[in-house]
Amino acid sequence: MYDFAYHKPKSVADAAAAVKKASDGKLMSGGMTLIPTLKQRLAHPSDVVDLAGVSDLVGIKVDATGVTIGAMTKHADVASSADVARAIPALAALAGGIGDRQVRNRGTIGGSVANNDPAADYPAALVALGATVTTNERKIAAEDFFKGMFETALKDGEIVTSVSFPTATKAAYMKFPNPASRYAMVGVFVAQTASGPRVAVTGAGPAVFRVKAMEEALAKSWSADAVANVKVPAEGLNSDIHASAEYRAHLVTVMAKRAVAAAG
Amino acid sequence: MSNVSKIGDRVHRKEDRRFLTGTGRYVDDLQLSRCTHAHFLRSPHAHARIKGIDTSKAAASAGVVAVFTGKDTADAKVGGLICGWVVKDKHGVPHKAPGHPAIALDTVRHVGDTVAMVIADTAANARDAADKIEVDYEVLPAIVDLTKALSAGAPQVHSDVPGNLCYDWELGDKAAVDAAFAKAAHVTKIDVVNNRLIPNAMEPRAAAAEYDRGTGNYTLHTTSQNPHVTRLVLSAFVLGIPEHKLRVIAPDVGGGFGSKIFIYAEETLCVWAAGKVGRSIKWTADRSESFMTDAHGRDHVTHAEIAMDKDGKFTGFRIDTIANMGAYLSTFATAVPTYLYGTLLAGQYTTPAIHVNVRAAFTHTTPVDAYRGAGRPEATYLVESIVSKAAREIGVDPAELRKRNFIAPTAFPYQTPVALTYDSGNYVPIIDEAMKLSDYAGFGARQSAAKAKGKLRGIGISSYIEACGLAPSAVVGSLGAGVGQWESAQLRFNPTGNVQVLTGSHSHGQGHETTFAQIVSDKLGVPMDQIEVVHGDTSQVPFGMGTYGSRSLAVGGSAIMKAADKIIAKGKKIAAHLMEAAEADIVFENGTFKVSGTDKNVPLAQAVFAAYVPHNYPIDKVEPGMDENAFYDPSNFTYPSGTQICEVEIDPDTGVVEIVHFVAVDDFGNIVNPMVVEGQVHGGIAQGVGQALMEAAAYDNATGQLLSGSYMDYTMPRADDLPSFTLGYKTTPCPHNPLGVKGCGEAGAIAAPAAVMNAVRDALAQVGAQDRIEMPATPQRVWAAINAR
Ligand SMILES: Cc1cc2nc3c(=O)[nH]c(=O)nc-3n(C[C@H](O)[C@H](O)[C@H](O)COP(=O)(O)OP(=O)(O)OC[C@H]3O[C@@H](n4cnc5c(N)ncnc54)[C@H](O)[C@@H]3O)c2cc1C
Repeated sequence: MYDFAYHKPKSVADAAAAVKKASDGKLMSGGMTLIPTLKQRLAHPSDVVDLAGVSDLVGIKVDATGVTIGAMTKHADVASSADVARAIPALAALAGGIGDRQVRNRGTIGGSVANNDPAADYPAALVALGATVTTNERKIAAEDFFKGMFETALKDGEIVTSVSFPTATKAAYMKFPNPASRYAMVGVFVAQTASGPRVAVTGAGPAVFRVKAMEEALAKSWSADAVANVKVPAEGLNSDIHASAEYRAHLVTVMAKRAVAAAG
Repeated sequence: MSNVSKIGDRVHRKEDRRFLTGTGRYVDDLQLSRCTHAHFLRSPHAHARIKGIDTSKAAASAGVVAVFTGKDTADAKVGGLICGWVVKDKHGVPHKAPGHPAIALDTVRHVGDTVAMVIADTAANARDAADKIEVDYEVLPAIVDLTKALSAGAPQVHSDVPGNLCYDWELGDKAAVDAAFAKAAHVTKIDVVNNRLIPNAMEPRAAAAEYDRGTGNYTLHTTSQNPHVTRLVLSAFVLGIPEHKLRVIAPDVGGGFGSKIFIYAEETLCVWAAGKVGRSIKWTADRSESFMTDAHGRDHVTHAEIAMDKDGKFTGFRIDTIANMGAYLSTFATAVPTYLYGTLLAGQYTTPAIHVNVRAAFTHTTPVDAYRGAGRPEATYLVESIVSKAAREIGVDPAELRKRNFIAPTAFPYQTPVALTYDSGNYVPIIDEAMKLSDYAGFGARQSAAKAKGKLRGIGISSYIEACGLAPSAVVGSLGAGVGQWESAQLRFNPTGNVQVLTGSHSHGQGHETTFAQIVSDKLGVPMDQIEVVHGDTSQVPFGMGTYGSRSLAVGGSAIMKAADKIIAKGKKIAAHLMEAAEADIVFENGTFKVSGTDKNVPLAQAVFAAYVPHNYPIDKVEPGMDENAFYDPSNFTYPSGTQICEVEIDPDTGVVEIVHFVAVDDFGNIVNPMVVEGQVHGGIAQGVGQALMEAAAYDNATGQLLSGSYMDYTMPRADDLPSFTLGYKTTPCPHNPLGVKGCGEAGAIAAPAAVMNAVRDALAQVGAQDRIEMPATPQRVWAAINAR
């Protein structure tokens, strides 16, 4: 780890100011991604601005329209929230399947979406449920937020403050974990939303994507059989020592089928 | 007496208290005064020429004490790292032993090869300075693909090893094998890859070296499985520091699995440099360094054929293997695919003619050496895979085919056609017990039920033999070993009656502190809490050979038994004097000397006290003191055997293999502590399952980069990957050691890969894919096998 200046502001405004002032400032939430990157000397920020002191960013609010989760809320708290489990059970289940116990008790939803790891779980939920990312500057629809591999719509120093998920009449997430890292090798989130069925895939491509053909099939008939014959093209999907693009493409269909069945 | 333990008791481990409460003492825990820290600059390339190296900026960096390159160690005449086992090829010519400098001179030969050593006041400063070293590399083509390493035109790893061939070795009677094949009723052929594994001990390797200018003494604290061997090699071959001026201490060590047997560049350099800079130096590998530089395991490609007569009796077995040595020869690398592999290819069977040819190849990869089982898992995987394949081909149940070919219990000692003489065993009751525990008979119904759910169920058998308890020194010497393989023990009683048991073997997870104490408690009647097992310090314990090859109890435990016999013999003389009886009338029972036929007695503690306070003592016949040494050199290897049966269920949609049931029935000879043995078997099976389904060191063929260089990409088996194991035992005591024990540390890892893979193949046979799968049978590979056309 290289040396850096450390800040622990108490408000979002102070945090934003601290990042702005730094020559190369980095926000830190749970640090589950950032700290290993620093330890391996893959990043060399001048300043690290720790959001752990900003208590406003922690918490879960549930009302009739949906669930809003503060950026600093830990995966474990989403997983164990009775309110989330009632409103969008698939979301609580997804959070409970992230990483391991230690990671779930440090990693945050804000850090996860800001990082936009192609194998992260949350992005699938955001896109399938049509969530909105709120920052200190604006509101961004999930589909506009996730741009590409580790790339988001966030501007330099812009801070994710919360994520709002509308409820869905049906939803489920099926994850095929990478055998080594247990991140999503393929994760499919299906939801019956107010604007119709949505199918979002993480892990398989450079970033989360929707499968329109499956959504159309589900609009005709919400059943596992409806997606069973919808194949996604392997072209453009990730390929590594754990899974070829063809295998990932195949798993998208299998996981989609299982997700629809689980959603009931 | 308070807590005397007996052999066979399920005693809780004495060492667990400190391990579980975080009070173990590992190398990195040491606080040395004025300590400096080393960082090693590693090659980012698999193969490159070092055209120039500029350390000036690093040397001027904050806190830097010294920077050393290969030129410095060459100028100082630091010897190269050695390989301690000479394997002679087909023509009697010793293996090629290319130079292995601790710091690369002008060429780097694998990713992670050592390029420079930086010593600074803190670890961070050392690392900062290393970043400032400028190395001018000319990147050269690399060969990492073992199947191509021996082909014409492959990039050469060492200019003095033409064609990358380290040796071309054979064992067995080729003519007899050819004759058997000429008459065969059926021949089964197989090609297998034994995947390369990365050891992943929980504690990374570490070294802390001290130099005392006043006395000229060096002390090395290091993560070693055999501190005396480390001292011997560093003294006699590499650094030239006399043995009596070098103390090596291996304190608590967090796992080794073989990888901490070897003598590596880092501890060598820390010792040398501590003398150079006159300050203590500490180094602990980070996990990435462990992945790149701990000696890897396995890595074979093999073609084999087995001949049978019309009744399915094996008549001949021929094997052709290429074994990967990596870029340099690690300490015992040459022995693993030869004497620890070729000699085991008879398995549990009476196959009369066997011939094995092994070619060892250099590649631009991390050196390969012994890893839990070392050669024997490779042999077992091959033998048990081909036997199950043969059974399928000739339409005989695989358990039945094994039984037809087992060595009969009356045939021991049994001379195999590949050099070993098996001392004991009784294989049919073992497989019968395993079949009972796995409900082998009910498998068909379970397979049908699975099929109805769309799943593919399979069952697989692995009946292993291993040669462990390394080893009769004369035998290993005749095979090329550079060391003897006896073990030492010392029982050092204190005047107050408690005892230190000093052993030359070393515990890094095996539980010696409990098991060895149990032997002494049982034999001498001393309570467990009065016994302290001491190991790992060359200045405290007699010269010993360390722990590997499932040898500690069979060889080290036997040395303790011998020392205990000497204690009893001496105690009898003292007790006879104290009771005014004839020595011949003294018997020793439950910790007490008795005059037989009377109620006169002297407890051992009283005899010990008399030996240290010899006021009333037979001083003309017996020396004072109660401190006995023993060395034990076994007369043969020990031969644990067993059968594992694994049952799997495959989800054909995803290729995921689930282990639904796992049975292991072992013959370990007598068992000292069943709980410790279970722990060893469980851990071994987990590693074997890891090899079969998950683990693989993957190199990029084009660049030679290690693709599985972290836990993001290297799959370790985890608890939730494994079922609860069902274990059973059948015992034939080892006839040639005083405890009748055989060794249990490696068996799980030796047998499990074949059990799992035979189950996977059995499941895949339902869709005709049984011959399309290699280890590790990852979901992607299983799915691809099912869907290949
Ligand atoms: C062993 C392990 C296993 C894991 N497994 C999984 C898994 O299975 N599935 C999964 O989805 N994830 C997994 N993760 C990742 C985990 O979910 C992390 O918590 C997450 O990626 C980052 O969250 P964090 O709070 O730790 O962010 P940090 O590491 O603190 O930050 C990550 C990045 O986001 C930026 N950032 C942080 N907070 C904000 C904010 N509020 N606004 C703007 N930018 C911000 C930081 O500057 C940094 O670049 C795993 C991580 C580990 C270490």
